Amino acid sequence: MTEDSPLPIVELRDVDKRYGEGPLILDKISFSAKRGDFITLIGPSGCGKSTILKLISGLNPISGGRIVVDGLEPANAVEKLAFVFQEPTLLPWRTVAQNVEVPMRLHGSDAKLRAEVVRKSLSLVGLADRMDYYPRQLSGGQKMRVSIARALSVSPRILLLDEPFGALDEMTRDHLNEELLAIRQQLAWTAFFVTHSVSEAVFLSNRIIVLSANPGRVHSEVRVDFPYPRTEETRESAAFGKMVAEVSKILRSVERLH
Amino acid sequence: MGTTRKKTPLSVIARKLLPFATGVAMIFVWYGICMSLSADQRFLLPTPHEVARAFVDKGPALWGAALNTGGGALIGFALAVGLSFLFALVLSLSPLVRASFYPYLMILQMTPIIVIAPILILWVGPGLKSVVIITFLICFFPMVVNTTQGLISTDSNLVAFFKMCKATKVQTILFLRVPAALPYFFTGLRIAATLAPIGAIVGDYIAGNSAGGQGGLGFLTIIYSSQFQMGALFATAAVGCLLGFIFVMGVIALSWLALHKWHDSFSHGDS
Repeated sequence: MTEDSPLPIVELRDVDKRYGEGPLILDKISFSAKRGDFITLIGPSGCGKSTILKLISGLNPISGGRIVVDGLEPANAVEKLAFVFQEPTLLPWRTVAQNVEVPMRLHGSDAKLRAEVVRKSLSLVGLADRMDYYPRQLSGGQKMRVSIARALSVSPRILLLDEPFGALDEMTRDHLNEELLAIRQQLAWTAFFVTHSVSEAVFLSNRIIVLSANPGRVHSEVRVDFPYPRTEETRESAAFGKMVAEVSKILRSVERLH
Repeated sequence: MGTTRKKTPLSVIARKLLPFATGVAMIFVWYGICMSLSADQRFLLPTPHEVARAFVDKGPALWGAALNTGGGALIGFALAVGLSFLFALVLSLSPLVRASFYPYLMILQMTPIIVIAPILILWVGPGLKSVVIITFLICFFPMVVNTTQGLISTDSNLVAFFKMCKATKVQTILFLRVPAALPYFFTGLRIAATLAPIGAIVGDYIAGNSAGGQGGLGFLTIIYSSQFQMGALFATAAVGCLLGFIFVMGVIALSWLALHKWHDSFSHGDS
């Protein structure tokens, strides 16, 4: 994969991670992402896939190796990143619109810009008519949409998604997968996505990185070459089913290692 | 069979009427006990209508005293709320700070008010100041404990989200920790609201000042009990109860204003 190499937007080189004096969580993780990549990290529980996202985001420091995010250390690249957590992590005392504008408020953007971005972000996730609702009035899927709109409000170049749809039912999840790709078609960020679902990984990404556990290591990488935009038909095609089966097989072989 | 039972209108009416009916029944029982007492024991328990008459006869004294006690309770309560909030903010800063203050907070709470009272009288003199301080001491602890708990229980994902947004420490406290602590704060407030009038009455009883119409319900209690005015004592108790009721209702109204839009404790429409 060295034939076309503009500068990678995110690069991990021999990244180690341990907490304090604890055991090694990640062992010499190396991979890089090009602009526009949709990379999904998949692997048995305890392989440190969520930890990798936290390291890229600069939330946690690395113990060894090097991470470069758009030419910078992760801690200095925070403005280029947005994180979508496993939970919607909305402020329950703020309305949908007020939640979306939290990052901009913290950065001190002016009210006019905020109102505009809020409207735009919420339209993207189809919740423009729910601006004045409180989170408790929304369904789980809607809350996650607000969380995504909030992440998009800072115009990130890199989106980190840590199992965002794990708690949703399959129908809602499929639907949100399609929406996520549609939004990506418009905004063209680079995505790092963590999931347990193989079909979700195959549907969303152009690259799947399979990790093994204890300590987390890169086991292999699978390229998914279905053209974007991907739709419901993609999911129903025979080639898609074959791909899911193939990745599942790799995942099973990784899990058997333990 | 198999269908969920719906609430009949009858049970709705019963719900409204039953508390009232219980009250009427209790008054009957009360009269019954009064009747069964022998003539030389009659003074021990006044009848309901004797209590009612005491209300009318002692009206001016009772309401004046209630106002004095209520004022002392309100000032002590307000001071406790304000200072406990600031103190809780300090305590929430680190486990080390908490560890160094908690033992003394406990000691303060364990010290019997009855022993502190004479010291207070010597320091600030009997009267409103002592009553306020005693109320404060009683309300402070539950407020501090609850608010601190609220401030340190912020969802760790939300804290991580604020960190990702590069929020400053002050922003995190103002926009995240404080609003997230509100439900805990109001729990403390509710406990303190029930304690404040009791604290003020106890304070008035042991460290009050009767001069110039400054006496409160505690002072009246001393007077009426020394004169065996049982009806008036019962009326005083009822006024104290009313005072507590007003405090609690006030706090419930405040917490409704602050929380009903977003907090689950005020959710409606779900079964």
